Amino acid sequence: MSTHFQEDEILGKAYDARLMRRLLTYLRPYRGAVVVAVILLLLAAAAELAGPYFVKVAIDRYISSGDMAGLARISALYLLTLILAAGIRYAQNYITQIVGQNVMYNIRMEMFAHLQRLSVAFFSRNPVGRLMTRITNDVDTLYEMVTSGVVTVFGDVFMLAGIIIAMLLLDWRLALVVFTVLPALVAMTLWFQVRSRESYRAVRIRIARINAYLNENIMGMTIAQLFNRQRRNFEKFDVLNRDHLDSHLRAVRYFALFFPSVGFIAAVATALLIWYGGGQVVQGAVTIGVLVAAIQYSERFFRPIQDLAEKYNILQAAMASSERIFRILDEPVTVEDRADPVPLPRVRGEIEFQDVWFAYPSSADEDSVPAAGRTAGRRDGEPPLPEGSDEWVLKGVSFRIAPGESVAFVGHTGAGKTSIINLLLRFYDPQRGRVLVDGVDVREYAQRDLRRHIGLVLQDVFLFSGTIASNIRLGNDEIADEEIRRAAEFVNAHRFIDRMPKGFASDVVERGTTLSAGQRQLIAFARAISHNPDILLVLDEATSSVDTETEILIQDALRRVLRGRTSIIIAHRLSTIQNVHRILVLHKGRIVEEGTHRDLLVAGGIYTKLYQLQYRDQEITAAIDG
Amino acid sequence: MSPRLWSYILRHRRAYLFGFALSVAASVLLMLDPLILRKAVDAITAGTDRRALLTYALMLIGVNLGAWILRYFWRLHILGASRRIEYEIRNDFLAHLQRMHQAYFQHTRTGDLMTRAVSDLNTVQRFVGPGIMHFFSTLITAAIAVAFMLSINVPLTLSLIIILPMVSLTFVILGPMIHRQYESVQDQFSTVSTKAQENFSGIRVLKAFAQEPQEVEQFANLNREYIRRNLAVIRTDGALWPLMMFFLGLAAVVLLWQGGDAVIARRITLGQFVQFSGYLALLSWPMIALGWVLNLMQRGRASMKRLDEVFAQRSRIADAPDARPVHKLRGEIEFRDVTFAYNGTPVLRDVSLRIPAGSTTAIVGHLGSGKSTLVNLIPRLFDVTEGQVLIDGVDVRRLRLGDLRRHIGFVPQDTFLFSETLRENVGYGLEVVDEERVREASAVAQIAGDIADFPRGYDTLVGERGVTLSGGQKQRAAIARAVARDPRILILDDALSSVDTNTEEAILSRLRGVMAARTAILISHRVSTVRHADQIVVLSEGRIVERGTHDELLARGGLYAELYQRQLLEEALEEA
Repeated sequence: MSTHFQEDEILGKAYDARLMRRLLTYLRPYRGAVVVAVILLLLAAAAELAGPYFVKVAIDRYISSGDMAGLARISALYLLTLILAAGIRYAQNYITQIVGQNVMYNIRMEMFAHLQRLSVAFFSRNPVGRLMTRITNDVDTLYEMVTSGVVTVFGDVFMLAGIIIAMLLLDWRLALVVFTVLPALVAMTLWFQVRSRESYRAVRIRIARINAYLNENIMGMTIAQLFNRQRRNFEKFDVLNRDHLDSHLRAVRYFALFFPSVGFIAAVATALLIWYGGGQVVQGAVTIGVLVAAIQYSERFFRPIQDLAEKYNILQAAMASSERIFRILDEPVTVEDRADPVPLPRVRGEIEFQDVWFAYPSSADEDSVPAAGRTAGRRDGEPPLPEGSDEWVLKGVSFRIAPGESVAFVGHTGAGKTSIINLLLRFYDPQRGRVLVDGVDVREYAQRDLRRHIGLVLQDVFLFSGTIASNIRLGNDEIADEEIRRAAEFVNAHRFIDRMPKGFASDVVERGTTLSAGQRQLIAFARAISHNPDILLVLDEATSSVDTETEILIQDALRRVLRGRTSIIIAHRLSTIQNVHRILVLHKGRIVEEGTHRDLLVAGGIYTKLYQLQYRDQEITAAIDG
Repeated sequence: MSPRLWSYILRHRRAYLFGFALSVAASVLLMLDPLILRKAVDAITAGTDRRALLTYALMLIGVNLGAWILRYFWRLHILGASRRIEYEIRNDFLAHLQRMHQAYFQHTRTGDLMTRAVSDLNTVQRFVGPGIMHFFSTLITAAIAVAFMLSINVPLTLSLIIILPMVSLTFVILGPMIHRQYESVQDQFSTVSTKAQENFSGIRVLKAFAQEPQEVEQFANLNREYIRRNLAVIRTDGALWPLMMFFLGLAAVVLLWQGGDAVIARRITLGQFVQFSGYLALLSWPMIALGWVLNLMQRGRASMKRLDEVFAQRSRIADAPDARPVHKLRGEIEFRDVTFAYNGTPVLRDVSLRIPAGSTTAIVGHLGSGKSTLVNLIPRLFDVTEGQVLIDGVDVRRLRLGDLRRHIGFVPQDTFLFSETLRENVGYGLEVVDEERVREASAVAQIAGDIADFPRGYDTLVGERGVTLSGGQKQRAAIARAVARDPRILILDDALSSVDTNTEEAILSRLRGVMAARTAILISHRVSTVRHADQIVVLSEGRIVERGTHDELLARGGLYAELYQRQLLEEALEEA
C-alpha cells in the first residue's frame, strides 16, 4: 500500500441522485439519531445567535438607564446560553460521529463479507492494493461525507437563515444595508472556491508525480547509480519539484488574497452600518444597541458561506468513492452455492474426475480485448476455449480415487497438477466434465461443507500474523489447545515450537518471515491435521533451504498424515511417491501414465525422465546420507 | 531547533523579515479599526452629523484596504518562503539518497523513506510556513491590542487577559491528548488494514479451511475496537471547539458585565466599550491559532528530527580523496583473495579469478552460492571485506566511481525499468539519448521487434500508464539498456532467465559480435547460455569449485556436468 503513490484523480459529479439514494439507505437505521442531531444543530445556531441580541438589550435597556442589577442579570443569562451552546454542540457532534462511525462500520463489513463470498478468480484479477484502497480510503471518504457533509450542511443553512432573520427582526433597514455586501461576498467565495479547487487539483497531481518519481528512484537507485544517472535524474526531479513549487505559489496567491478580502468586505459592511446606521441612531430611528448588535451579526455572516462552499469537494469525493464501493458490492458471486445444497455430514472420501476440461479465466480486467482466432487450430473433440483464456490446462482428465487411497500426481511445471486441487476445492468450476466427491458433483454441495472435510497443505505456506496456535487453529475455536498440541506432535512440529520462548503462544509476524521454510511446512501440516479432514490435499515441495534434520521430520510427518486418508499429493519428494498407493503422471493437461513407482520406472516413459530430473538427486543424497 | 532547518530559514531571511515587517504594519492598521469604531460610536451618542459619520466610514474602509494589501503580501512572502524551503529540502533529500550505498537501501524500507519525504516534510513546511506566520502575528496582535486596552481601562484588560489564554490553553492541553488517542486509532487502523490485507492475500487458504465466517467475525471485532477508539478521540476532540468557543464567549460576557458597569459608572464611554469588543473580536482567531501553532511547532521539530536522521547517514561507498579518473579501460578484471561477508555472514571466501580483457567468462552455481555478490563487487555496489578487486591492475576503490561505472554495462537479476518511454529506458545510460544507438542496442537485445509492434513504438511508456511488459521483454529491454552504453565490461546477472531458448540464442550470437573486443561476464542457470564462454567458473558456497571450458568441465563429471545432464532431460520433456 505504501508504495502506491499514484493518486486516483477524483473528478465527477458532486451529486448523483442514484448513488445518493443508495447511500441514504445506510443512514436509514439511524434516522432517529440524525433527526436529533439536526434539532440540536438548530438549537446550537439559535444559542449562538443570542449573543448580539443580549448585547443589544444590555446597552439599550440597562447600560443606558444605569441599571447594574439588570446588567448582571442579562450577563448571567448570556453565560447560561454559552454553557448550553457548548453542551449542545458537544452532544450534536458526538451523536453525528456515532452515526458516521456506524455507517462506516456497516459499509466496511458489508464489503468484507461480500468479498469473502467472491471466487478465487476475482482475487487473482484484482490486486490486493486496489481492494485495500476500497476498504480503507473510500470508506473513510464516505465517513467524512456523513459527519462533516450531510449533517453540517444543515447547520450552515440554519446559521445563515438565522442571521438573516435575526437581522431583519432587529431592524430591517440596517439588515438590507448589510445585505448589499452579500453579492460581493458570495461572488468572492465562489471565485475562491473554483480557483482553490483548481489549484489544489494542480498541486495534488504534481505532488503525486513527485512522489511516484521519488518512490521509483529509491526503488531503482542501484540502476540509477550504475548508469550514472544521478545528475540527470536530479535535474528531472528538480523540474517536477519546481513545477510543484510554482503551482503552490499560485495557490498561495489565492489564499493570501481570499482571507484578507473577507476581512475587507466585513469592514465595508461595518463602515456602511456606521454611516447609514449611525445616521439612523442620531435621528433616533434606531437605538445604539441595535447598531452594535447589527455590527456583531454582520461579522458572523462569513463562516457559514465559506463552509457551504467547501462541502462541494466533500460531496464530489464521496460520489466517486461510493461509485467504486458499489462496484465491488455489485460484483456477482460466480462460484455460488445451490439454493438447496446436498448436505454433507460425513465423507467417505471417494473422488472422481469425469472428462474434466479446464482453463483459467482471463486474469486481465474485463475491458481487455480478447485475442482473435483462437478457435482456429482446435483439435477434434476439444471444446471451444472460454473467452479470454489462453490455453486448456486440463484436457479431458478422468480418474477415480477410492476411499482411503493415497495418490500422487507428478508432472513437469505447468502440467496442470495444481488445477486438480483447485477444482476439487471448487475454487473454480470446470468448463466441461464433472468433479465428484462420494459420487456427487461438488457443485451440489455447499462450498463450506465440502471444504470442511478437506485438509489443504499449500506449497507456499501462508502464515497469518498472530501466534503459532492461532495459525494452526485458523479461527476455528472448536479446536482445543490440547488438540493443537496433539496435531503438532503428530507432525513433529512440537519440538521446534517448544524450543521457542513462548511455545505455542509465540508471535508469528506477517507472512511468518521469522520462521524457516521447513518450520512453516510443519505448521501447515499441523494446521491441516488439527482440522481432522477426511480428504487431504498436499502440495509438497522439497525446498532446497530445508536442513536435513527438518527434512527427515517433514517426510516422517507426511507418511503419518497420509495413513488411512484419501489423499492427493502433488509430490516433489521421492520418499512421498514411494509411499503412495498409486502415481498418476500428468503431462500437458492429460494423464499419460499410471501405476506404482516401480511399474512406471520399468515402463521407461515420461515418468522415468521426470524421475531422473526431479528425484534422482534425492536418491543419491539419501544413499550418501544413509 | 535543528541547525539544518535554521540554515534553510536563514537562506530566506529576507522574505521572513519582510513578511514580519508587513505583519507588524498590518496588525497596527487593523488595531485602528476598534479605535475608529469607538470615535464613531462616541460621535453618534453625542449626536453628530452624517458627514462626520461618512468620514469615519471612509477611514474604516481606508484602513482596511491598507491592511488587506499588507496582509496579502505578508502571507505571500512567508508562505512562499516555506514552499521554497520545502522545495529545497525535497531536492536535497533526493541528492542525499543518490549518494548512498546499495546496502543502505537494502536495510531501509522504501516506505519509510517515502513517509519521511511525504508526511514529515509536509509537517515541516506547515511549521515554517503557517506555523511561524501565525505565531509571530499572534504575538504582535496580542501585544498591540493589550497596549490599546490597557490605555483605556486596566482592570477590564486584566480580566480579559486571564480569560483569553484559556482559549489557547484548551488546545495546548487537549491537543497532545487527542494526538495520543489518535495514534492509538491509527494503530488499530493498521491492524484492521493488515487483517484485510492478509485476508485478501491468503484467501485461498482461508477458503480451503472454510474460515470465511470466522474471518468476518474477527474483522468485525477489530472494526468494533476501531470504532471504540475513534469514539474516545471524538469524546476529547469534540470538546475542543465548544470549549474554545465557550472561553471566547466568556470573555464577551465578562466584557459586557464589567464593561457595562464601567460605562454606567462613567469610567469609560460607550465607544470605548465598543472598542473593547472590537479588540476581543480581533484577538479570537489568533488565540485559537496560537494553540494550534504551539502544537504544530512540537510536531514540526519531531518531523525535522526524522528528516535529519536520514541526512545524517553517510555513504560507505564513495570516491577516495585521491581517486583516479578513468579515461580508457582495457577491461581486465581480477579478483585477488576476495572475501565478502554480509552482516557477518560470509558470502564469498578466498575467491581468486582473472578475467582477461576481451574474454567471456561464465559463472554458474546454485542459488545462494555467491554469484551475484561476486559481480556486484566490480561496479562497487559493495566493497570487499578482504582482498582486492582490480581492473586493469588498479584496485577499484582507487578509481573514480562515476568513471568506473561509465565503462560497465550491468544487467541485474531483478529487472527494474522506469515509468518512462522505451527510448528513455534503453538510452538510460547515455548522456544524450542517441536514436541510432538505442535502435541498435534494441536490435542486439532482440527487443526491437516487440517495440515496433507497440502502436507508439519507442515512445511507448513502460508501466502502469503504458504497456505492461512480460518478464522476457523486461529482461531484453534491460540488456538493450546495458548494451546501448557501449561498455568495455558487460555483466549479465542471470539476465536471460525469462527469455525463451531461441531468443536467447539470437541475443547471444548478436552479443558475441558486438562484444568481440570487450570483457563479458555471464551468470546463468542454463548450459546453453554459458557453453561458448572462454572460461566457466562454478561457485559453491562462496568458493570456486570448478573452472575450465565447457568441454573440460563435462569431462570432469562434477557439478557442471550434472547441470548439463538435467538440462538435456528438461529439453527432452519439453518435446515429449
